[in-house]
Amino acid sequence: MTTTKMSYDEALDRFEPVLGLETHVELGTASKMFCGCRTTFGAPPNTQVCPICLAFPGSLPVANAKAIESTIQIGLALNCSIAEWCRFARKNYFYPDMPKNYQISQYDEPLCFDGYIDVEVDGETVRIEIERVHLEEDTGKSTHVGGATGRIHGADYSIVDYNRAGIPLVEIVTKPIPGTDRLAPEVARAYVTELREIMRSLGVSDVRMEEGSLRCDVNVSLMPRGSSEWGTRTETKNVNSLRSVERAVRSEIERQGAVLADGGRIVQETRHFHEDTGTTTSGRSKEEAQDYRYFPEPDLVPIAPDPAWVAELKAALPELPSLKRKRLQAEWGLSDLDMQAMHNADAIDLVEATVAAGAPAADARKWWMGELARRANETGTALAELPITPAHIARVTELVASGALNDKLAREVLEGVLNGEGTPDEVVDKRGLKIVNDEGELSAIIDDVLAANADAAEKVRSGKIAAVGALVGGVMKASRGKADAARARVLILEKLGVSE
Amino acid sequence: MSLIHKTAAELGAMVAAGEVSAVEVAEAHLDRIAEVEPKVNAFLHVDREVTLGQACAVDERLRSGERLGPLAGVPIAHKDIFTTRDMPTTAASRILEGWRPPYDATVTRRLREAGLVILGKTNLDEFAMGSSTENSAYGPTRNPWDLNKIPGGSSGGSSAAVAAYQAPLSTGTDTGGSIRQPAAVTGIVGMKPTYGGSSRYGLIAFASSLDTPGPFARNVLDAALLHEAFSGHDPLDSTSVDAPVPSVVEAARQGDVAGLRIGVVKEFGGDGYQPGVLARFNEAVALLESLGAKVVEVSCPSFVTALPAYYLIAPSECSSNLARFDAMRYGLRVGDDGTRSAEEVMALTRAAGFGPEVKRRIMLGTYALSSGYYDAYYGQAQKVRTVIAREFEAAYHQVDVLVSPTTPTTAFPIGERADDPMAMYLADLCTIPSNLAGNAAISVPCGLADEDGLPVGLQIMAPVLGDDRCYRVAAAVEKALESRWGGPLLKEAPAL
Repeated sequence: MTTTKMSYDEALDRFEPVLGLETHVELGTASKMFCGCRTTFGAPPNTQVCPICLAFPGSLPVANAKAIESTIQIGLALNCSIAEWCRFARKNYFYPDMPKNYQISQYDEPLCFDGYIDVEVDGETVRIEIERVHLEEDTGKSTHVGGATGRIHGADYSIVDYNRAGIPLVEIVTKPIPGTDRLAPEVARAYVTELREIMRSLGVSDVRMEEGSLRCDVNVSLMPRGSSEWGTRTETKNVNSLRSVERAVRSEIERQGAVLADGGRIVQETRHFHEDTGTTTSGRSKEEAQDYRYFPEPDLVPIAPDPAWVAELKAALPELPSLKRKRLQAEWGLSDLDMQAMHNADAIDLVEATVAAGAPAADARKWWMGELARRANETGTALAELPITPAHIARVTELVASGALNDKLAREVLEGVLNGEGTPDEVVDKRGLKIVNDEGELSAIIDDVLAANADAAEKVRSGKIAAVGALVGGVMKASRGKADAARARVLILEKLGVSE
Repeated sequence: MSLIHKTAAELGAMVAAGEVSAVEVAEAHLDRIAEVEPKVNAFLHVDREVTLGQACAVDERLRSGERLGPLAGVPIAHKDIFTTRDMPTTAASRILEGWRPPYDATVTRRLREAGLVILGKTNLDEFAMGSSTENSAYGPTRNPWDLNKIPGGSSGGSSAAVAAYQAPLSTGTDTGGSIRQPAAVTGIVGMKPTYGGSSRYGLIAFASSLDTPGPFARNVLDAALLHEAFSGHDPLDSTSVDAPVPSVVEAARQGDVAGLRIGVVKEFGGDGYQPGVLARFNEAVALLESLGAKVVEVSCPSFVTALPAYYLIAPSECSSNLARFDAMRYGLRVGDDGTRSAEEVMALTRAAGFGPEVKRRIMLGTYALSSGYYDAYYGQAQKVRTVIAREFEAAYHQVDVLVSPTTPTTAFPIGERADDPMAMYLADLCTIPSNLAGNAAISVPCGLADEDGLPVGLQIMAPVLGDDRCYRVAAAVEKALESRWGGPLLKEAPAL
């Protein structure tokens, strides 16, 4: 199927987008939602299973208290109300990767509801309202073998790994988000980024999009400018990175714009995002969607969190990322732009840890956002994954401040640490990178340089002080960068009997 | 008296005293099973070697000085809806034919811990859906009183096995009357404990909010001993009650109703009730009064709506509970020839593996839960359920227990109601309200109907965790009637 598209700008000239985001977060609990099986990612297929998560006849679920606690923490961090009493519900549909052929989820009684978070985009604060946060179980993972699409239709056969079946999953659903206008893709990305940081700060999930522990469905609809009636929405799945969130929104706006401008109508459907092309294609139509026949789960008792316990959890919430950023920005005296750049690069926690290890904020920022960001970019790794610690950076800044290293040498030290040559001090020792402070050694080098560059020396002697630069350069070269350039200049002028 | 005619309490005492071994007791019952099983068809699975192995182990435990309960060495017939590691578990369905569970149900585990010896797995209506055991995929069980009559259901294999002296004890599950009704029509004792009083873990689910494991026995004390052996809180079942098991054995030994307030449910009686059933019931009420109980009539007007509410709630839950039988991980698989999709194989398997009554209920429940119908059916039925629970509560402010006939009629002929589901459903008219309210209730024999000479059951109902009251009243009735009859009612049954 060919997809006609309209340019983003034209689509936005004619239509106004309304967004909605459904995010699934796999909780990092040690055991599954309703049984005692482990939840280790990447274990051999079907090794973390038992009669309960395989839905053997007669087995029964028992809810994981830690998962309920984590969900309440998430709700509180998202400014939600916490239900005084709520139930699990069964969502009934047949699919081979769902052992019971129903999913234990929540329906009209979510654990947390009516919250919001604020995200910053282009210096503007956008409030995203949260409809609900509920707790459910993940399904198994199907792999469809053969066939061109990797989807079940057309596959030769399918294999199922039930290790994932029953892992606790929190679903976070926003209310419709109108009014984002041209910033819709950025707002969507900023929202998911913020959610991810909140989950990290709470320590409830490792939120790795590439491993599927954070998954996002993006709903988009368009309405003609001036209209107040929302259009039909599509739900795009398989959006597996922050960048994809942004691209998927943009792509749907462009596609829907073209359809509507052509007099067509948008079909309410699930669409799949393709990382390679950055476009979406049609999945199953929601109009022929199944009736899930939700009803309260009779195998589990209602959840009635003690208000005193909820209050305790609320009091114990860690500082939330957005507030922490504001505080750090003030403490470090950085501009909005610098702070935003650090946020985008995931550098804030690293800089904070470097400052905590004794480095000045400006230096910490300089290294992480400069040399190290470049290195991360080149090697395609995340900043935090580089084999270097905030303590290393703090030590390097200390060596520079004490005059033991200059910037050039410091970069070499970092290079050594990244190559696994040891701590900054070890690299300095092994590579012999200390600035030459020994006057005798420096003096000998200068004598050699003056002898080898008699012309330049004569120029300086005759008053052309600017020519000293070439001599200092010669000293630096001869010392392989280890000389203190400022001291060398003073000594050269002294030896030549010139004063400034 | 031969071993098979002894009570469970007697057998337990004999084994404990070393007068007889668990192996000898098991052998006597296995022999009896071999003798009468061709007539009764109470069992789906008997494995002499496995059973004797269990008995041998119990003897060993006793010899080594392990202190076991009063039922150690006593054989038991186990309803084939509880999972057992050493025997297949089928729920009498083709879809689970030959399935060997990798784990024991909590009830099974507790039987083993108490030293009971499992003789085999008993027949039932497929997935416990029915009142006659005719819905078994493996043929009907026959009533030992009259082999042309039904033994009740769904736990008909368990009731027949005990009535036919194949076992002194058996387990059942009661969702709408599936223990009390079979007990009533075979002349034995059957108890539905308070919902959550006994664990559902490893009980293949029919209707989760109603299913309750319970005991069958030929006398009240034996039932209480078994009740105590497998009941109590189970962390594997979230709906299990975290409270001490009511002192049912003590109540069964006490058997005294002096000063007790007993309510007769006005709504159970009249049209549709067999005269012989009502006659025996009224005599039982008079007997209780003569024993010093205060009898009053109590009206529970909503009880007449219990049956329709039940036939929305139970099918709704079953439509979801039985979804897991999809040919993917265990059980029957039909049509997997490499050309068909998973969805087609699921559909073919379910079409071939489920019997007509199971399909009927899955369809009923699927419909009742559908969008647009939920409020009118499932939602409304839940409201009725709440009203019924409140009527019970109000009644228990006035009286200690409620009584009624257990069933409107005695055992009916095999085949008579097989094509008339509504007539079949009426067999549970009096038993269903206690399931909807989660209350305790017992059926105890109260005589034979004049018309057909078949047993009649008296139902005694008590509030949540009032299980001991059921045993107390049942024991009093049993003591008084047996002294009148000169022994248990079952001695009137024809020899097999």
